[in-house]
Amino acid sequence: MTTTQTAAPPAPEKPAEKRSWWRDDASEPLRRNLALVGVLILLVIIGIATRPDLYGDSTWVRNNIFTILELASVIGVVTVGMTFVIIGGGIDLSVGAIVALAGVWSTTVATQSYGAGGMIFCAVAVGIGVGVVNGILIAYGRLVAFIATLAMLVAARGLAAQISGKQTQVSTNTFINDIAAGDLLGIPLLVYILAAVVAAGWVLLNRTTFGRRTVAVGGNVEAARLAGINVKRHTLLLYALSGLCCGIAAIMLTSQANSAQAAMANLYELDAIAAAIIGGTLLSGGRGTIIGSLLGVIVFATITNLFAINNLSTEVQNMVKGGIIVAAVLVQQFRYKSLSQLFNRT
Amino acid sequence: MTDNEVVLRLEDVVKTFPGVRALDGVQLEVRAGEVHCLLGQNGAGKSTLIKVLSGVHRPDEGRIEWLGGEFKPANPQAAMKAGIATIYQELDLVDDLSVAENAFLGHEPRRFGFVRRGYMSRHTRQILTRLGHGEIPPGRMVRSLPAAGKQVVSMARALSHDAKLIIMDEPSAVLAHDEVDNLFRIIRDLTSNGIAVIYISHRLEEIREIGDRVTVLKDGRTTAANLPARTTPTRDLVSRMTGRTIEYVFPEQSTQDRGEELLRVDGLGRAGEFADISLSVHSGEIVGIAGLVGSGRSELLETIFGARRAESGTVTVRGKTLRPGSVGAAVRAGLGMAPEERKSQALLLGEPIYRNVTLATFTGYARGGFTNAGKEIAEANRIADLLELRPRDVRRPVRTLSGGNQQKVVVGRWLLGDTKLLLLDEPTRGVDVGARAELYQVIRDLAARGVGVLLVSSEVPEVLGLADRVLVMREGRMVREAPAGELDEDTVLDLVMAGSLQAEEVTL
Repeated sequence: MTTTQTAAPPAPEKPAEKRSWWRDDASEPLRRNLALVGVLILLVIIGIATRPDLYGDSTWVRNNIFTILELASVIGVVTVGMTFVIIGGGIDLSVGAIVALAGVWSTTVATQSYGAGGMIFCAVAVGIGVGVVNGILIAYGRLVAFIATLAMLVAARGLAAQISGKQTQVSTNTFINDIAAGDLLGIPLLVYILAAVVAAGWVLLNRTTFGRRTVAVGGNVEAARLAGINVKRHTLLLYALSGLCCGIAAIMLTSQANSAQAAMANLYELDAIAAAIIGGTLLSGGRGTIIGSLLGVIVFATITNLFAINNLSTEVQNMVKGGIIVAAVLVQQFRYKSLSQLFNRT
Repeated sequence: MTDNEVVLRLEDVVKTFPGVRALDGVQLEVRAGEVHCLLGQNGAGKSTLIKVLSGVHRPDEGRIEWLGGEFKPANPQAAMKAGIATIYQELDLVDDLSVAENAFLGHEPRRFGFVRRGYMSRHTRQILTRLGHGEIPPGRMVRSLPAAGKQVVSMARALSHDAKLIIMDEPSAVLAHDEVDNLFRIIRDLTSNGIAVIYISHRLEEIREIGDRVTVLKDGRTTAANLPARTTPTRDLVSRMTGRTIEYVFPEQSTQDRGEELLRVDGLGRAGEFADISLSVHSGEIVGIAGLVGSGRSELLETIFGARRAESGTVTVRGKTLRPGSVGAAVRAGLGMAPEERKSQALLLGEPIYRNVTLATFTGYARGGFTNAGKEIAEANRIADLLELRPRDVRRPVRTLSGGNQQKVVVGRWLLGDTKLLLLDEPTRGVDVGARAELYQVIRDLAARGVGVLLVSSEVPEVLGLADRVLVMREGRMVREAPAGELDEDTVLDLVMAGSLQAEEVTL
């Protein structure tokens, strides 16, 4: 648990003549992520303090970790897409609605007749399709992202309700239904999916030209444009990517519930944005990390779990979540400020 | 002048940031009613010194004396209250507030918590009249004012605080030639009322004209204090700044024949910006465009590059007509542009230097969509060596570089890949003398390698000294084209300025 020590604010020592790696600008995301790890550890300590009986049981602890990760898996996949959109200087308020539309569309009787492959293809295609529409409106129609995706939020849920006739559509496909129930080597399959999406997202952001363009477009759109980057096409691709993530999430959520309905994935956009923000993604674009977003999602899932094991109501839980968002951002601002002040003063 | 009392005195002021001694023993003495010029290269510590005086930074060592007492402002507001006002290069005005609201921003006259708008407006009018610009309506939105007008508002703000010392950081950088005269008139007016001015500029001729005394900084130290501004030889000033004795030295004009025609522009036009422009650039040739701010030169360059869509006319690169309004097409055809506004148009300030250098080329180093950071860093290092980038570590964020070095990053970007034609918009704005000479050499070397260069600059000597052929623009039209050797500075200035004086007066 050495991480608890490193997560603490750096000691107010006198800055050395040469900047240590710790104060290096490049390690700024690392400092933020360690702070989130610190929060996680704090939450676990609260869990141990409030329910020592449960934490005494190692099998329960193991299962509870998977419970938390499963809880984080669907929203985690959505958050990866959201992180790309925000780093690229945009916002996607329609993710929850896209998940619902993709879920409903892929569980109609007609789609289910094509089997699991047809359902998965449908969910992913619907997700990408809606994302592309978002992207066209924003990149080529020059709509503000906030407005365009807000309109899509309303419209996509409306379409989902239309398709489903406001009914819950039960999935009869055992392959789909078994995903959420299944495990491999004792680890739930949904956690593998989350891990795969996070890993793919990390590589995409940090090791590919797509990721580089995302940072450039979000960091300084004019500079990106004048360097010959096709900003419009890239913006479109970002929303398509977000839609793709929503399509994957729709299958996961359908599998968990063995059904889909127009009201599913309600307020996922807020959870995903909140997770990305407390994970250190700059809302104005140009900066953010996949790992930070993942940690943000896990922090929220752990809070939910903490309330569940203490049998507390979701109302209280939502109030605390709101408080955590404010606190996390305040703490990060404070840390950032105090660090830069340290640089300026001494 | 020298018999006036000393209002500001700095003794051995030191300010360190981690890893750098930004100020390392600065001496400065400013008298009431004088224009005291600060000279120094980028990174010499001028910006830090301004920030110390305006209360942004606190010095680590040394003593600052202001009006006979010790000066230790807790924050910028305190410095303002004490009578030291700063006019930053990038004017800190609120575009959507009125002139009067900007002038009194932060210290609005109030009664029972309500702003006394009438009083504020009258008082602003008085100040503007005093500045010789009574014609600017206090109720006008600042957004609608030209750059020169905004600067006047900035000064009005300083005077609304009853400032006794006004620090001006490169005030002429945003102004056209004749607007500078206006600025000087205002400055003379201020100083005749006993107000001291610290004037920072890279333009020696301005310092000669407006300055009384000069203090030179180098590497955070005062290398010469209180030199007479008018009589100190340029050579001396430059050598104090650089430790070298270089002036605006231009490398030898290349003698090689011009090669094939790279760029042909035919009848290019955009309503309200420029009309019917035709020009050509050959391989290995440097073509300079001279003209005032507002003559349409930057707009022309951006249109050639596809950043603005041409409304009429064509741009042809090596026989192939470019799709209008497409930067991608221009870049693929081998064009590169270093835009006028470095920070807002060219740089990702939080990103490392190497990623800024490779911003236009990283796709080329990538394999199968995966970026190749090792190769990018190697290439960026090569560019950094070539341009003598300081500091040399290409992993540092670009934000930490001085203006001149940031400019090198922007130019360096297009030295990678196979740029055949480079469009440079004010490549040396805000760049110190030493770095300028290096940039000139870089541009010449590029031309010698067969790259065509189309260069826009407000500084006529630069255009004449660097270019093989010169085009003069006025009010969106090309008024003269000639080999650089056939023109001199006076001729170009005459061409550039003719008829524009009245026009500029009206807009201000």
